Amino acid sequence: MAMVTINEERCKGCGLCVRICPKKIMQLSETKLNSKGYHPAEVTDMEACMACAACARTCPDVVIQVEK
Amino acid sequence: MAKQLMKGCEAIAEAAIQAGCRFFFGYPITPQNDIPEYMSARMPKVGGCFLQAESEVAAINMVYGAAGAGARVMTSSSSPGISLKQEGISYIAGAELPCVIVNMMRGGPGLGSIQASQGDYFQSTKGGGHGDYHLVVYAPASVQEAIDLMQTAFDVADKYRMPVLILADGIIGQMMEPVEIKQGNASEPVKKDWATVGWSEKDFTRPRAVVNSLYIEVEELEELTGRLQARYAKIAEEETRVELYNTEDAEFMLCAYGTVARICKTAIAQLKKQGIKAGLVRPITLWPFPYKAVHDAIAAPSVKKALCVEMSAGQMVEDVRLAINGEKEIELLGHSGSRVPTAEEIAQRIIQMRGA
Amino acid sequence: MAIVFKKTSVLTDTIMHYCPGCGHGIVHRLVAEALEELNLQDKAVGVAPVGCAVFAYRYFNVDMQEAAHGRAPAVATGIKRVLGPESCVFTYQGDGDLASIGAAEIVHAAHRGEKITVIFINNAIYGMTGGQMAPTTLVGQRTTTSPYGRDMEHCGSPIRMSEMLATIDGSAFIERVALNSTANIQRAKKAIRKAFETQMAGKGFSMVEVLSTCPTNWGKSAVESMDWLESSMIPYYPLGVKKEV
Repeated sequence: MAMVTINEERCKGCGLCVRICPKKIMQLSETKLNSKGYHPAEVTDMEACMACAACARTCPDVVIQVEK
Repeated sequence: MAKQLMKGCEAIAEAAIQAGCRFFFGYPITPQNDIPEYMSARMPKVGGCFLQAESEVAAINMVYGAAGAGARVMTSSSSPGISLKQEGISYIAGAELPCVIVNMMRGGPGLGSIQASQGDYFQSTKGGGHGDYHLVVYAPASVQEAIDLMQTAFDVADKYRMPVLILADGIIGQMMEPVEIKQGNASEPVKKDWATVGWSEKDFTRPRAVVNSLYIEVEELEELTGRLQARYAKIAEEETRVELYNTEDAEFMLCAYGTVARICKTAIAQLKKQGIKAGLVRPITLWPFPYKAVHDAIAAPSVKKALCVEMSAGQMVEDVRLAINGEKEIELLGHSGSRVPTAEEIAQRIIQMRGA
Repeated sequence: MAIVFKKTSVLTDTIMHYCPGCGHGIVHRLVAEALEELNLQDKAVGVAPVGCAVFAYRYFNVDMQEAAHGRAPAVATGIKRVLGPESCVFTYQGDGDLASIGAAEIVHAAHRGEKITVIFINNAIYGMTGGQMAPTTLVGQRTTTSPYGRDMEHCGSPIRMSEMLATIDGSAFIERVALNSTANIQRAKKAIRKAFETQMAGKGFSMVEVLSTCPTNWGKSAVESMDWLESSMIPYYPLGVKKEV
């Protein structure tokens, strides 16, 4: 069981986590906007997450925390 | 301690060491090479560090880093090299770091000459680098005075957290005079809790240190420049230095600094023999300029005429004219091209002025 | 649940001003983590450059100095000479700062074997000033001052700083890394650790060149930028250890 926590307010929606996720379970939210106007990243299928933390390690704004 | 015969550059270097300076970063240029050479021999003996940088630009930035890390640090150069250092000096002023810079002036512009000159007055007192800042500028007229001013320079730099310039010329640097350097005279080290020496959140005795001259918001930069200006006003009040020589009842007032002021004293003695009373007002701090003392000396009722003598085409004369603000006419005897005025020439000029 | 990844406390909580997808944030994190893992936070003094990383002193939770453009290695030299071998002094510089205006300072810091660590971000462009040509800009690459693409005949070919500095005796560890994949990011972290270890062992000058991106001035998305780094930059700037003593 993995848990990915994204600080949505600080996410700049660059999509690097989406690019790098080996399970392809990340996307930029189509519905949410943060106060800076970015579509923050979100996990589409937490069940499939391996907690590899590739997303956190590519995130330039260090907004992702990963637990297992 | 008995007096010893020392060359200006070496005496300045030793005085710096006695004042507690332990870091020197420099680059060779004539006529000040004796300072780095002396430092390269002495610093290792006193547990300090002499480093020959790849350029004046690098040297002044090493000074920035060392000053930011809390050290008593200096550099020296001569006119073209000081021009290269201006970028760093502006940053040092902006980052509020203490350090001492020695300029053994030579002729300019450009490569100019390697003989003595006073052509860097504007550069030293009116800015030099970019931005709204000043250096405290001391102009010694003898090797002994240069020695004594080194201690003052380091103390003033630390007290006000700003760069201090010793503005001498190739003559002061190269001549030998009997001098006394007080040993172990260094003042108590000033606490520098703003210095970058390593920090962690375990250590809450001070905030994280950031040495910086970047203030991107208007209000922030204005706060810095306001702080600097307030400091400069205090310095003008407390640190201005001037020498008055034979000014009482003088009919002619000379105004000169550094080497030229000494030549003026000889001219005054020659004039005295001819029954002509001449005096000298000699700024020791070129910034802050002793406007009041210069004004009072020249405005005195006994003074008929005043003459500013400089080894430049006329730079300090502008401040002298500002000081007197049109009350009296100020004449100029200025030589650029590194030609040194003679006492006879100065005396002759006063005699001409008397006859006119 | 156990923490697999969380932000290091050697980064402050200040939001970084970088554009979305900019590599600076990644490298900041790697440097901060390396300092934390090696227990160097309280011994570290960083030197920020002029360029996009000019505000690095806001983000690294260590004592910092801000240097003039290109002069960071000279400033770091002054700091290291004062604080001595126990301290960990590093510069963080971009390619305009290090390879152009600061070319003399970096060469001579390496030449003296200055015991500092240089983190060199190569994104083949001047970012802060608006995307002008850098010495590292690739041949044919369009920038605001090479609008027809960099012409080798006119302004030379891109400079490979790591290879050049590796020829200098005073350099002890030099490696070029990239941010384009998880594996390469991990390698970058390892290289940065190694560079700090080299400094602390007193071996000499150490530098890690990180191939990074500038989505805004490259005119690409963050994702396209990472792909371009991989396809265009890495072939010209080969990754790997260039010097290790």
